[in-house]
Amino acid sequence: MKTTVFLGTASAAMLVAGLAGAQTLSDVQERGTLNCGVSTGLTGFSAPNASGEWEGFDVAVCRAVAAAVLDDPSAVEFVPTTGKTRFTSLASGEIDLLSRNTTWTFSRDNDLKFEFAGVNYYDGQGFLIPKELGVTSAKDLDGATVCVQTGTTTELNLADFFRKNNISYEPVPIETNGEAQQQYIAGACDAYTTDASGLAATRASFENPSEHVILPEIISKEPLGPLVRHGDSEWGDVVRWTLNALVAAEEYGVTSANVQDMASAPGDNPEVNRLLGTEGELGAMIGLDNDWAVKAISAGGNYGELFARHIGEDTPVGLARGLNAQWTNGGLLYAPPFR
Amino acid sequence: MSDTHAQSVAFVRESFIPEQAPPARETGAIRWVRHNLFPTIPNAILTLLALYVIYVLLSGLLPWLLGGVWNAGSLSECREITGAGAGGCFAVLTERWNQLIFGFAFPQTEYWRPLLAFVLLFVAGAPALLPDLPRRLLILTALYPFVAYWLLWGGTILTPVSAFLGVLAGYFAFKATDRWSFALSLGAAVVAAVAVWWVGGWVASQERDFLAIQRIQSRDMGGYMLNMILGTVCISLSLPFGILLALGRQSRLPLIKYVCVAFIEFVRGVPLITLLFVANVVLAYFLPPDTNFDLILRVIIMITMFASAYIAEVIRGGLAALPRGQYEAADSLGLDYAQAMRLIILPQALKISIPGIVNVAVGLFKDTTLVSIISMFDVVGMIRGPILASTDWNGVYWELYGFAALLFFVTCYGISQYSQWLERKLATEHR
Repeated sequence: MKTTVFLGTASAAMLVAGLAGAQTLSDVQERGTLNCGVSTGLTGFSAPNASGEWEGFDVAVCRAVAAAVLDDPSAVEFVPTTGKTRFTSLASGEIDLLSRNTTWTFSRDNDLKFEFAGVNYYDGQGFLIPKELGVTSAKDLDGATVCVQTGTTTELNLADFFRKNNISYEPVPIETNGEAQQQYIAGACDAYTTDASGLAATRASFENPSEHVILPEIISKEPLGPLVRHGDSEWGDVVRWTLNALVAAEEYGVTSANVQDMASAPGDNPEVNRLLGTEGELGAMIGLDNDWAVKAISAGGNYGELFARHIGEDTPVGLARGLNAQWTNGGLLYAPPFR
Repeated sequence: MSDTHAQSVAFVRESFIPEQAPPARETGAIRWVRHNLFPTIPNAILTLLALYVIYVLLSGLLPWLLGGVWNAGSLSECREITGAGAGGCFAVLTERWNQLIFGFAFPQTEYWRPLLAFVLLFVAGAPALLPDLPRRLLILTALYPFVAYWLLWGGTILTPVSAFLGVLAGYFAFKATDRWSFALSLGAAVVAAVAVWWVGGWVASQERDFLAIQRIQSRDMGGYMLNMILGTVCISLSLPFGILLALGRQSRLPLIKYVCVAFIEFVRGVPLITLLFVANVVLAYFLPPDTNFDLILRVIIMITMFASAYIAEVIRGGLAALPRGQYEAADSLGLDYAQAMRLIILPQALKISIPGIVNVAVGLFKDTTLVSIISMFDVVGMIRGPILASTDWNGVYWELYGFAALLFFVTCYGISQYSQWLERKLATEHR
């Protein structure tokens, strides 16, 4: 009896949450702020700086969406989430959008009932080794001791990789990234494996970064992207196309510096005109102003600018574009046409 | 007299020898060293070993401490300054000092408010904690929660004032009806308090700007301040609840008894981190999407529940330690239950329970760092999240965690010293 009442209350609460979730766009506009879930701290992707302002590559997605919807990149209420609380925060309606280096997987999309709005960073698991080891390929790591975080998919990927290549290794289980850095520096393991972006950030924090190399092999697929709740396609479309607009803007050479110029009058390229709202009525189709993309791009710049500012080669994180280059440059970024 | 032994002994001293100083090896520092450090060969070996260990520790620690860098913009700058030296990079503490203490989102212009609240904590705590001060000063203690709430969260002063008036109204209603029956007067107190709160809440919602200071969201609180808030509030709330639960567990009414037993056993059987997850995550499912049930409040409720279950068991130990005669003495004096508890049983039981209560309090205070798991930025959350994630300070571990440890050690050692002083002060028997 008690269980029935409990379950009834629970499902009623879920139903209410679900109903309210079906109109996230108008909720956000009414509230005047976007509740955006971010990481409590991940180098280059999201962290508050010394003056308490959130910044980073994932944070920039939140700001672009807020700019597109509310015309104000600072109208974001950042809700810090940990790996353990992120999905419940989104499912319960506490946040409208989760932009927290979350890997797009089948079960998260379908079983957890979320909708990934695209990929803002193609990551993958790599290896970090000291240069003096003289190893140039992960396949030469036969018999190596490898530091790996326990209970993560990286541990499983590692086992798969070594088994597939029929070589042996000795795992050194560790708990956190911080511990891993200490162990690796102390020489407790020959190699450290985690996501390549994390390896780059780790290497950047070393005393002599140039004495360490990240091996070219990437042994897993980790497409990271923003996600929203299932069942609110309008809101999902807003996030998806804001992200696409940032990617397309880079492809067409629209930057934060020239976007106002280009949006002031229709130019030669009809695709750019439609993107920036000087031609057609694309904004109205997703329930936003016609210059929504202009606002999103002005917030922080196009995809390339954001990448360069937060995690690019000139930052301490120092990531190369690699897979995250435009499709025209051999990468995977490919925004569907704006028409 | 002196000739008595003339035949048997050759020489008899007839005067005292003047007193002489003891031999050098039996005085002062040398004697101390001989007796304490090198009394036997195994002890001498142990002493030498210990000296070596101390030397190794200090030779690592001192250059790190003394050669530390206190002014730099990032870890790499620190490394440039120390060069090959072993100095620590304490610049992270100076640069992120405010974030470590207040969290990153607390408005800088309002730092005086938590500081003032912290200073007032001692002023308000003194009458309750030091038995020598006049009882009349307890009014300061009673006022403090409302002042501290206003200082920390801000908003109009009407909110804490009406909350205080409600408590006051309840108190006077209780006093006025005290003669008839305990339950009746308790009911009257609750009715009076709720009535005043309801009116006060309405007035406060109408006059939002009356004597208002900047309102601060719970989400913006962080750093060591958050640990202090959670620790202070939860410890002071869990003590009365713990007493009630302990008394309830001994009650002769089965309903009260079994409710208390079930609560205590359930809460003690669940890890604190589980309760925190419930507070943060599960409650969000059950509340309507737009209710904004304050996260700090949720966490305070959960930690208080947890701590009061433990304190209840500690106090039950104190109650059990009292000789049966004390209960009988109270009965024979014709005291009713409330009077007997208040005047005879509890003062003695609580005194016995002091070490246990302090033990729970210290443990609880350290447990407040667990909130970093549910994405609140207490001092450990600040270190693990924003500070170590910034490209400037990624890789500084010892300095940051050492600092957090130092903060907690100072506070917990202070609590422990106070409790030992209180025990000596209250020791009235067995001496």
